[in-house]
Amino acid sequence: MPIEILMPALSPTMTEGTLSKWIKHEGDKIESGEIIAEIETDKATMEVEAVDEGILGIIMVEAGTENVSVNTPIAILLEDGETLESIENSIESASSVNKEETLDMPQEDSLSEPPVIKVQTKNRDILYAQGIIIEPPSFDEFTSMGETSSRTGREALRDGMSEEMRRDQDVFLLGEEVAEYDGAYKVSQGMLAEFGEKRIIDSPITEHAFTGLGIGAAMSGLKPIIEFMSMDFAMQAIDQIINSAAKTLYMAGGELGCPIVFRGQNGAPGKVGAQHSQCYASWYGHIPGLKVVAPWSGADAKGLMKAAIRDPNPVLILEHELLYGQSFDVPISEDYVVPIGRAKVERTGSDVTIVAFSIMVDRALAAAEQLAEQGIDAEVINLRTIRPIDRWTIIESVKKTNRIVSVEEGWPYAGIGSEIAAMVQEHAFDYLDAPVARVCAKDVPLPYATNLETLCAPQPIDIIVKVKELF
Amino acid sequence: MTKIKKVKKVAKSDTALDSETKLSSAEAKKLYREMLLIRRFEEKAGQLYGMGLIGGFCHLYIGQEAIVAGLKSVHEPQDTVITAYRNHGHVLLYGVSARAAMAELTGRSTGCSRGKGGSMHMFSVENNFYGGHGIVGAQVSMGTGLAFAHKYKNDNGVCLSYMGDGAADQGQVAESYNMAALWKLPVLYIIENNQYSMGTSTKRHAAGDLYRRGEGFGIPGEQVDGMDILALRETAKQALDYVRSGEGPYILEIMTYRYRGHSMSDPAKYRSKEELADIKDNRDPIKNFKALLLNEMKINEDEIKEIEKEVKEIVRDAADFAQQSSLPDESELWTDILLPVESVA
Ligand SMILES: Cc1ncc(C[n+]2csc(CCOP(=O)(O)OP(=O)(O)O)c2C)c(N)n1
Ligand SMILES: [Mg+2]
Repeated sequence: MPIEILMPALSPTMTEGTLSKWIKHEGDKIESGEIIAEIETDKATMEVEAVDEGILGIIMVEAGTENVSVNTPIAILLEDGETLESIENSIESASSVNKEETLDMPQEDSLSEPPVIKVQTKNRDILYAQGIIIEPPSFDEFTSMGETSSRTGREALRDGMSEEMRRDQDVFLLGEEVAEYDGAYKVSQGMLAEFGEKRIIDSPITEHAFTGLGIGAAMSGLKPIIEFMSMDFAMQAIDQIINSAAKTLYMAGGELGCPIVFRGQNGAPGKVGAQHSQCYASWYGHIPGLKVVAPWSGADAKGLMKAAIRDPNPVLILEHELLYGQSFDVPISEDYVVPIGRAKVERTGSDVTIVAFSIMVDRALAAAEQLAEQGIDAEVINLRTIRPIDRWTIIESVKKTNRIVSVEEGWPYAGIGSEIAAMVQEHAFDYLDAPVARVCAKDVPLPYATNLETLCAPQPIDIIVKVKELF
Repeated sequence: MTKIKKVKKVAKSDTALDSETKLSSAEAKKLYREMLLIRRFEEKAGQLYGMGLIGGFCHLYIGQEAIVAGLKSVHEPQDTVITAYRNHGHVLLYGVSARAAMAELTGRSTGCSRGKGGSMHMFSVENNFYGGHGIVGAQVSMGTGLAFAHKYKNDNGVCLSYMGDGAADQGQVAESYNMAALWKLPVLYIIENNQYSMGTSTKRHAAGDLYRRGEGFGIPGEQVDGMDILALRETAKQALDYVRSGEGPYILEIMTYRYRGHSMSDPAKYRSKEELADIKDNRDPIKNFKALLLNEMKINEDEIKEIEKEVKEIVRDAADFAQQSSLPDESELWTDILLPVESVA
């Protein structure tokens, strides 16, 4: 087979250059290592060395040609016994095949409305990464609840952890004040007494290092639950969460997973000022390799906790202080596991879709009640999972209601609402009767004073006002 | 090679009365007044918290008053100070009026941060007090930066960078020690070891002695009794002299105790009543200092009573002022996010 000599790159960023001069000519015999041509870019000149030996058969790009793309064939080298005639045909057919292959991208009429795919397979993650709308994992919301009991949000989280710790000896809890103090917010109440100090571990205030330590333990097969007293403090550790936990599997070509749970209070508990009140949903939702959930109800809390612990990937749980003390009907079954990636329609409606997560589901439901009195029938979606976000449920709802408002406690810029707006425009533009609307925190660091703080976080009235603007 | 100054354990207070930090009676009364102001202010804050007028996290300084009062009395005006959220004592001694501090705690427009910072975030930059920070350990790196600026500007200043015993475990503290030693930055690292990092005792969170954590970097350290303001002043003065002379950083671990919970919502079940009672009875910095003023410095009891009355009045007035002040105007929500460009031109 004749060998194609390709236009080389002088640097990793070079995409094209000038083939300034041929040193060898057609018919010349070439040894490997010999200089055959010179190429140049605006930055430098380089000599092209032959890698193989043979006869320079055809020069395909003339000396002096500018803007020659890297990897374009510039000459053909004939090996022993080959002649120009014998190869001419095969070159032509080969290069035409090449062309077709590179052009053979999926035809993007999908740009206007990409395919919607029903799958329940392990391909989900791939399709999700490609931005394709896939049906969420199947789950019978109603029958799976089974028998329930009234539990607070914090008890539901604790039950989720404790049940999994009974089930799996490799699960342990590490964080500040989680053991003897029973958790700064009492989420781990009673766990030290039950599981002992080997598995419920008080750490020093060293978020960066105890996160790294947890990730190391996870990489060697344990299943740590790392509690951040508040997600604000996880900023100390965000490098480990993103660079180590989220990316390693990919960088290791699938060889090294990290089955770890990061969890903590996220958002504003009230009156604790700007450094203890941030919502991190969009920060972590941005990261491929990480799953992010934000439970609202007690059932969400327990079911998602169990899913997170059983998941072989890093999962981050955004909890809310204001939900810790709220009571819900929580399934007592130890098999109640809410699939990550599945949103829940908390209230069906036909006029407008309100998408919310965490504490904002309360506000969205309150707004929907009041809107109903005013003749607007709102559908409320509880996202539950921030990443992989349940595009299907959102898009299907918009197709029905033709209007959508997203509600979040975080800031507007590059928030979850921005993502939802983009998603809806991409996938359901033709169904919209009004622009996609967002209700977010005011775009300021959270003030301490009660009256100013109340102005910042979305209240039901803000949602109502926004919804009414759409009609 | 940096020579490591041999660490000594606990400074003795008996020498302090006749040392170079010897107090005049005016100075002694001032210290007493300052410590008392902090204590009474904090007691009042605790009360207002119970009434729902202060919210969120509120970390009281009761028990630790001698530290900020003692240190402030031996450093120079050009020095800078930075600490974490347990900052009410600092705020009161570094030029913020009790009124403005209490108004901040209650989130009023008249607060020193105009109601937008709250209990943890108070500042007095004109008095070189740089706050008031909520992220444990972060202030230590920032304090190292303040010291860097002192050196850069060659202003003969030192940064007093405070941290708790819990904060001393943070990675950025070790990173700061390294840079400070490497570049001989004028910083006095002050570890207020009140025995607890929230509910975790020092022996359960920290390996080794905190004052020796700089040894590997060649940073000398020392431990001193923070309930004894005279011993504290004496040791701090020497440490400040060392730092100011250009030798680089110094670590002062000050042994103290907080009487209240970590913040107002903490029932402090992790320690015994006896442990607290013992300290209150035997080691209380204010009570002991008062005894010293009366018995050894022979200050008249009436003068002390006068101070106590005055302090009580300041605190009562501050609480009234705070409660009568308005909430911030709603337009305040949108201000102070960025500086207008003109003002930095
Ligand atoms: C990075 C970070 N992690 C955790 C917290 C929560 N937290 C606030 S204070 C505190 C304990 C700090 O103890 P210490 O440094 O000893 O100071 P003290 O409160 O005793 O003055 C903790 C864990 C925080 N504010 N920042
Ligand atoms: Mg402490």
